[in-house]
Amino acid sequence: MHSVLYRLNTLITLAGFLLAVMCSLASFTDTFHVPSVTAHAEVLKVNRFRKQLTGNDEVSLTLNVSMNLRSTFTWNTKQVFVFVAAEYETAKNSLNQVSLWDHIIQDKGHAKLEAQITNKYPFIDQGSHLRGKKIQLVLHWYIMPKTGKTIEDKMVISDFRLPQVYT
Amino acid sequence: MGWIGETIDSIKSLQIRHVLSQAVSLGMIVTSALIIWKGLMCITGSESPVVVVLSGSMEPGFKRGDILFLHMSKDPIRAGEIVVFNVDGREIPIVHRVIKVHERQDTGEVDILTKGDNNFGDDRLLYAQGQLWLQRHHIMGRAVGFLPYVGWVTIIMTEKPIIKYILIGALGLMVITSKD
Repeated sequence: MHSVLYRLNTLITLAGFLLAVMCSLASFTDTFHVPSVTAHAEVLKVNRFRKQLTGNDEVSLTLNVSMNLRSTFTWNTKQVFVFVAAEYETAKNSLNQVSLWDHIIQDKGHAKLEAQITNKYPFIDQGSHLRGKKIQLVLHWYIMPKTGKTIEDKMVISDFRLPQVYT
Repeated sequence: MGWIGETIDSIKSLQIRHVLSQAVSLGMIVTSALIIWKGLMCITGSESPVVVVLSGSMEPGFKRGDILFLHMSKDPIRAGEIVVFNVDGREIPIVHRVIKVHERQDTGEVDILTKGDNNFGDDRLLYAQGQLWLQRHHIMGRAVGFLPYVGWVTIIMTEKPIIKYILIGALGLMVITSKD
């Protein structure tokens, strides 16, 4: 009835259960945390704007971005994944999201940053719809926990219009 | 001599009863595991509700041996989400982040491009030959929750099958020999 194996089994089961409960509680505390993020971006320059041989429009941009994500960090935060996406609507697609730049913030000390960036990933449309197109730059952040649920949010940080002619 | 036969009979019946109860309790363990798994499938809507991270392509977010909980809802897939997808001709599903989304105006179909956080380039090299985009049917689910380290159990068991057999054997022995 109370052999060593039996006791060991009970102990391990209880420890596992308590650990699971504590992990979910730790994740639950994040729901009470309301971060207030400030961010801003502006397009400094359109480096290149052309139609590829495949018929798709391609853009290269230089941006100035600044953001303060310090308030997203809690005791259960492992890292914050942040990226800037160009979002727009075309006659073909109801939504286009193209990630231009991303960054991983691993501690609160590095959560405030200001940088001049060119797009890290190619900004290519499906088709040729980009001339004169109004584009929103949206900052998305994913708060990845040490354990539990990932929290995501976003804000529009800039509106701009691409030129009418290719460069 | 009647009482000897009776005793033997009682012992025999006792053993059969014992064996039966052991079989039932073993069956209970197996079926409850199955119930939990299938229940999770129902709740999450994903054909595999829990996956183990096998590679370091999403570091430092997800390390090898971490467990991800998947959820497959009708919600559209958006950039930044971490999805698990299957590529034709590849057996093992991949966990990467969505970096581009193009959603069709008329049909609502989506073209998705993914990338591992720790990889230099996007995933086009991992896709099937000539494949540029993932579609909805490639996606098995999106990662919503995260539990560190627990997946090492499965990794060890798949890579060192002998440990799996020893464990199963030991558990089976425990169930059969337990007296309560």
